Amino acid sequence: MTTVLEINDLQSFYGVSQVLYGVSLTVGAGEQVALLGRNGMGKTTLLKSIIGLVSDRRGTINVMGQDAVRLPPESIARLGIAYVPEGRGIFGSLSVLENLKMSARPDRAGRNHWSIDRIFAIFPRLAERQRHGGQQLSGGEQQMLSIGRALMTNPALILLDEATEGLAPLVVRDIWTSLAMMRAEGIATIIVDKDHRSLSRVADRMVMLAKGTIAFSGTPAELASRPDILERHLGV
Amino acid sequence: MTPPRALTRSLLAALLMAALLLPMIAPTYYLQFFAKAMLLAIVAASLNLVVGFGGMVSLCHGAFFGLAGYVLALASPSSSGASLWTSLPLALLVVAIAAALVGALALRTRGIYFIMATLAFGEMFFYFFHDTRVANGSDGIYIYFEPEIVIAGWRLVDLGNKTSFYYVALASLLLAIIVISTLVRSPFGAALMAARDNEQRARSLGFPVFRIRLTAFVLAAVLAGIAGYFSASQFGFVAPQTLGWHVSATLLIMVVLGGMKSVLGPVFGAFVLLGLEEILKSNIEHWKLIEGVIVIALVFMLPGGLQHLAQLAFSDRRAPAGQPGSGASRAGRQHHG
Repeated sequence: MTTVLEINDLQSFYGVSQVLYGVSLTVGAGEQVALLGRNGMGKTTLLKSIIGLVSDRRGTINVMGQDAVRLPPESIARLGIAYVPEGRGIFGSLSVLENLKMSARPDRAGRNHWSIDRIFAIFPRLAERQRHGGQQLSGGEQQMLSIGRALMTNPALILLDEATEGLAPLVVRDIWTSLAMMRAEGIATIIVDKDHRSLSRVADRMVMLAKGTIAFSGTPAELASRPDILERHLGV
Repeated sequence: MTPPRALTRSLLAALLMAALLLPMIAPTYYLQFFAKAMLLAIVAASLNLVVGFGGMVSLCHGAFFGLAGYVLALASPSSSGASLWTSLPLALLVVAIAAALVGALALRTRGIYFIMATLAFGEMFFYFFHDTRVANGSDGIYIYFEPEIVIAGWRLVDLGNKTSFYYVALASLLLAIIVISTLVRSPFGAALMAARDNEQRARSLGFPVFRIRLTAFVLAAVLAGIAGYFSASQFGFVAPQTLGWHVSATLLIMVVLGGMKSVLGPVFGAFVLLGLEEILKSNIEHWKLIEGVIVIALVFMLPGGLQHLAQLAFSDRRAPAGQPGSGASRAGRQHHG
């Protein structure tokens, strides 16, 4: 299996305060990694460090075999990573269609796996709302658009922060369906979500972050057999 | 509500027709006034590429306008006009280099710091021409002969002729509007607006935000340079005041007054502000005072700028609510945008 992402001894800082203390993580092509942990344990910081939005980071980050630890976000994105942040960050003054169109970019081999029609097939709601401005969308529609926009860049790896946070149950179902689709397409993902049961159904590997380090890494079955880990790090 | 598209189009066509026919009825004085207003409308519209579509409030735009005029003045021989074919590209090249340098440094800052940085650079241009003998210091410099537009010994246009000059200004304005509209509708324009809406998000989607903003900044400066070049030719005189910060501030007023959400908003803003000045100046002694009150009142009444007027005028023609792409949804975007 080829690796899309290889992180070694990553340490990240916001000013003087250190958030990540030596995280090492490898993601293979098409692999679904679930990132778990309580609030403030460094999940979002880890995603932001990978895409380069936390610039003060040490250690090594290899994306598609290239050293990326000193690259700016726009260059890292072009190596084949798409980031869907918590809060989505839709471009409010552009329409749904424009948001999708502007993101369209072939992958590094010059291939286009995704088209606007395919995005509309996954999220029919976006097709109905295609001429509406980004700011007129509901939270669920924004999340669909944010995922659609990420897919339009034909990434090898998608980083999804709080994939279903605060969304209506029906929308949540759509989001999980789209994740299964990404998996079928061979797109690797790192997903952060509170719902560890749903995560364990889609993920190949469950990674638990605690205080800026990896406290556990294993298959969903392995995690299920360790209630002590769930108890200690998620409080369930 | 935005007016129906067909109506907007026919209104604009009528305006264009009026602009084309104006020289047949208007006295020379008004031709000169409209030529001046059209040139400043170019500068305002180009500034809006940076301020409205790019989300960067620049107080250096007047400097690029004035700089082009200075280049024409310095490139003009004392006994004849400079050739437009060489002096215009030279002026635009100098402006582009200046804007690239200013942009490369100022665009590393954001928000209020960007405003301060551009203000500082603008003032550097002002004091460069004010305090050195490069172009006659604070006295300014005269351009005794208009630039020559000659092809194979034949004079194509005489810029000294007020009617010809009017048409050159009109053509430049139309060109600027077409260039800016095309840019705004292109993927480049979408990326520029995306960076304004959410810079981090645009970068993590792979858009080189710094380079996109720098390109917009330089393009806007070059458009301002075209206007500055012809403006200097019209008045035959450039002084440091031509590129001071109050020019940039006046341009910002035109942009805000006209509306930042559209390409044409600042064009109308320029005409309204200059028209207002023209009327007040000839009738009232302390006209600046009254002008200020009127501008403040307009901003209060039309927070979206003058383009908001058109929306109000058509507010009774409500399209069925909730239809995608209906007037309702577009107007909604403009209110929130």
